[in-house]
Amino acid sequence: MTGTRPAWLRQLPFTATVLVLSLFGVAMIYSAGVLEVPSPVTEGLWLRQAVILAAAVVGLLILSRVPLRWFEWFAMPVYIVGVAVLAITLVAGTGAGTAEGVNSFLSIAGFRFQPAEAAKVTTALALALLLARREEPPRYLRDLLTPALLVAVPLGLVLLQPDLGTALAFVGMFFAIIYWARTPWPLILFAASPGLGLLLAFSARVWSVYIIVLVVALYLYRFRLYLVESVSVILGNVAAGAVAQPLWNSLAQYQRNRLLVFLDPSLDPRNAGWQLIQSKVAIGSGGLMGKGFTAGTQKRLAFLPEQHTDFIFSVVGEELGFVGTSLTLLLFCHLFLRMIRMAETASTPFAGLFIFGIMGVWLTHVFVNVGMTIGVVPITGIPLPFISYGGSFLLMSWTAAAIAVALASEDP
Amino acid sequence: MSRRRNRHSVLANRARMAVVVLLGILAAVLFRAQVLRATDWLLQSERNRLRPLTVPAPRGIIRDRDGRVLADNIPGYSVSIVPDQPDSMLATLRRLREHLDIPGGRLDALSQQVRAGGPRPLLVTGDAPFDAVAALEERRSGFPRLLIEPRPKRRYPAGQLGAHVIGYVGEINEVELGQPEFEDAEPGWIVGRSGVESHYESLLRGNAGTRYVEVDAAGRIVGSFGGVQGVAADPGEDVDLNLDLELMEWIHQVFPDGLNGAVVALDVETGGVLALYSAPAYDPNVFAGVVDAEEWSRLVANRQSPLYHRAVTGTYPPGSPWKLVTAAIALDLGVVTPDEHMPVPCRGAYAYGNRVAGCWDSEGHGSLDLPGAIQHSCNVYFYQLGLRIGLARMLGVGNRMGFGNQCGIDLPQESGGIFPESVDFWERRFGYRAQEGEVLSLAIGQGPNDQTPLKMAQFLLAIARDGSAPAPTLYREAEPAEGWRLDIRTEHLEEIREGMRRVMQPGGTAHLSSLEHFDLLGKTGTVEHGGDGPEHAWFTGVAGPFGDPPEIVLVAMVELGGSGSAVAAPLVAKAADFYLRGKHGMPRDTIQTLREYFMAGRNTAWANTRESR
Repeated sequence: MTGTRPAWLRQLPFTATVLVLSLFGVAMIYSAGVLEVPSPVTEGLWLRQAVILAAAVVGLLILSRVPLRWFEWFAMPVYIVGVAVLAITLVAGTGAGTAEGVNSFLSIAGFRFQPAEAAKVTTALALALLLARREEPPRYLRDLLTPALLVAVPLGLVLLQPDLGTALAFVGMFFAIIYWARTPWPLILFAASPGLGLLLAFSARVWSVYIIVLVVALYLYRFRLYLVESVSVILGNVAAGAVAQPLWNSLAQYQRNRLLVFLDPSLDPRNAGWQLIQSKVAIGSGGLMGKGFTAGTQKRLAFLPEQHTDFIFSVVGEELGFVGTSLTLLLFCHLFLRMIRMAETASTPFAGLFIFGIMGVWLTHVFVNVGMTIGVVPITGIPLPFISYGGSFLLMSWTAAAIAVALASEDP
Repeated sequence: MSRRRNRHSVLANRARMAVVVLLGILAAVLFRAQVLRATDWLLQSERNRLRPLTVPAPRGIIRDRDGRVLADNIPGYSVSIVPDQPDSMLATLRRLREHLDIPGGRLDALSQQVRAGGPRPLLVTGDAPFDAVAALEERRSGFPRLLIEPRPKRRYPAGQLGAHVIGYVGEINEVELGQPEFEDAEPGWIVGRSGVESHYESLLRGNAGTRYVEVDAAGRIVGSFGGVQGVAADPGEDVDLNLDLELMEWIHQVFPDGLNGAVVALDVETGGVLALYSAPAYDPNVFAGVVDAEEWSRLVANRQSPLYHRAVTGTYPPGSPWKLVTAAIALDLGVVTPDEHMPVPCRGAYAYGNRVAGCWDSEGHGSLDLPGAIQHSCNVYFYQLGLRIGLARMLGVGNRMGFGNQCGIDLPQESGGIFPESVDFWERRFGYRAQEGEVLSLAIGQGPNDQTPLKMAQFLLAIARDGSAPAPTLYREAEPAEGWRLDIRTEHLEEIREGMRRVMQPGGTAHLSSLEHFDLLGKTGTVEHGGDGPEHAWFTGVAGPFGDPPEIVLVAMVELGGSGSAVAAPLVAKAADFYLRGKHGMPRDTIQTLREYFMAGRNTAWANTRESR
């Protein structure tokens, strides 16, 4: 069967969806450049994106033919290279475009590249390989220690840039992969609990109640955990609660404002609240049918910030209305369900774990990106897969897709 | 294998649910925003991008009685800067100076406004020259936040002649913005500043319209927008005046060069103001745009006070013309009959108590009746008449006739006369109790009594009519303010007029100013004013065709003009002749008064044959 049909064709529902989303993205980037007062920043970007898309399509055709074993061999070396490049980026990186303040780009021979995007794919490969090699699903927290460390290294480097959005994608990937590795859900919850503790630490009372609930949960689950693990979970949560305040203080003012205006945009309607308010106005004013392709006034008149990258979904909402936004979400929904199916039917654990991990990354991107444009999630600099402008992200998303196609099509 | 598959299908189903739930949450929130709340958000996006701009209403046109235009509008342009960072606004202002003439003072004021901030466009000039506008439009991209709008500009074709009456317009100021009558006004509005422009502001202004422009997030105006209907401007109403511009021109021509003063002409029938002349004047067109601070300070500093409307706000001692008032009060009270002679004939002076009050003619006038006393302006007669009236009654009737008040002309500024409201006046003002003898000074137009030329004209109006004096009005459709009336029998009024007529006859003080074709009656005045230089010259007159009721009342007052008969009387005579010739379809002539007939060598027989009764 392998010989008869190419891999991409066998995964046609998946590859077609990725292509449709990407073409839609190019169209929306074109529209994002149609402004009343033309801006050199966004002019002609759609063309660049289209060229990169063409390259990505070719890349997929090639990469999807690579045998699964190659990926298994290369996973760890590539992971190490990815981490090394991230480390170099911290020292030699530059900001660019809308991410001017974040040193996330690396220039090599005139090409500017975001190593964090590649690191997502390499980390997913490494993590999938690590967990696929296990005979049994993780049963103790200690079993999650190595996978967590594997993710923590690139995640930490990304956070140092600082790029919170990409860091979130790593978190999504980690939980998706350990979930698919059949980790029992209480264990996943305990692993996630320090993060939750960090969030709840804003109120001492809420945090105290949470810790009591956690202790009770640990007590009920005591036969499945080593004592030292239970103590670690408690300590982790206490530590999270303790660092919450210093961490908050160490945030840049704009980051704090983003979190505050998420709770109440009118706190700072001109600056931090501006993006959220204008994005909601854009999407809401699109109504059912939208104002028409390229005709969004919020966008044309530059009320909408970052309209070609992080807030491109607002342009979709304004110009294509609820019809456009719900169709976009349906396309993503189809993509994700398709990937779950691919993971489910994959011939090897490695393939399933990788595909599900990538699904976790993209789902995080979509939920956080779309959520922030309508005020469901605090504003985080995170792009919408396949649609937002950005060469590295598009290229690496297609690379991930290509690997997914390659792995899913591998016969046992 | 199949076991693992089964284990995974549970995980996969849960994952599917998670995906659907997460994306479902997003879809639900989007549904709420885009379908349920869309109209709210649409409204907000419209508010975001559309800015209302005021479209000024063209002001009403002001015309004289024959439809000659006194104030109208010509197309002009305003240049404003849409608010931005103060630094960039200041930079724009500096660059604008290459194309627009912005005086230093104006630039300072504008810079201050920039620093004060505010959401409205900064009006740089309401009156940009056309070539500057063209140059700026060409460099449009270099001035992205510049707002150039058509804006009607006020023009005063009559120039100086209309200055005091018509007034001028100016940009509304902070004080006015707080007043209830300017409730819906905005900065930058053009409002009447003085004269008719100010008094009839509510008629002339009209209602400003609104139009919408589309702005981008940076506040740059991107284009005008037709989608939201603005409100068209509603032009102001035209105001037609009783004023006769030709008569004003003629008065200006015959007014003594270099002297200051005022001329008032009223239509006897209606009380309408035919002329309201004040010299010197200024050109109101300099106020039409943004007032140049230097020009303004030059006008204010001018020692001849061109901004001062002498006809309406200048108060002067009335002098001899006041004898007509004394006569009218006496007749109103019934303390004298016109043919009655005073007990003491004029020997050049009159002894009262321990003082002697002189007559202007030390030779004396002998025994006179009322018309004779008016003809000769005999002080001795009027001293005695004043004593008959008595101080208290003189003040009582004088105040009833409004000599302590304004006439109520339809102009924003008018001075009231200065006239004691009661005998307590002296005590309050000078610190002594008034003696009955004060009436002597008052009776001949001296003492604590200053009147505006307009007020004297209103009094003459009563004499020329049936004793009733409506308030003079400029606007043809004005509701005149309440006037007053004298309780004098018609034949007694005619006696006063007879006295005035004799002033113009041989032996009268203004004989040389009499007219061939019209019956001019008058009263001269040569008034000391307590300062240096010559006296103020007065002449108050009424005129009409022979045998008919008078048609025009004229008052001339020339500051430091010297003799009333030599300076003020010819002025009134020439103005009356000009007006009446025009009114009765006779050809006009520059040789009008008896003196001019003599000088021109014309036949003056008409002057000698004229009989008194």
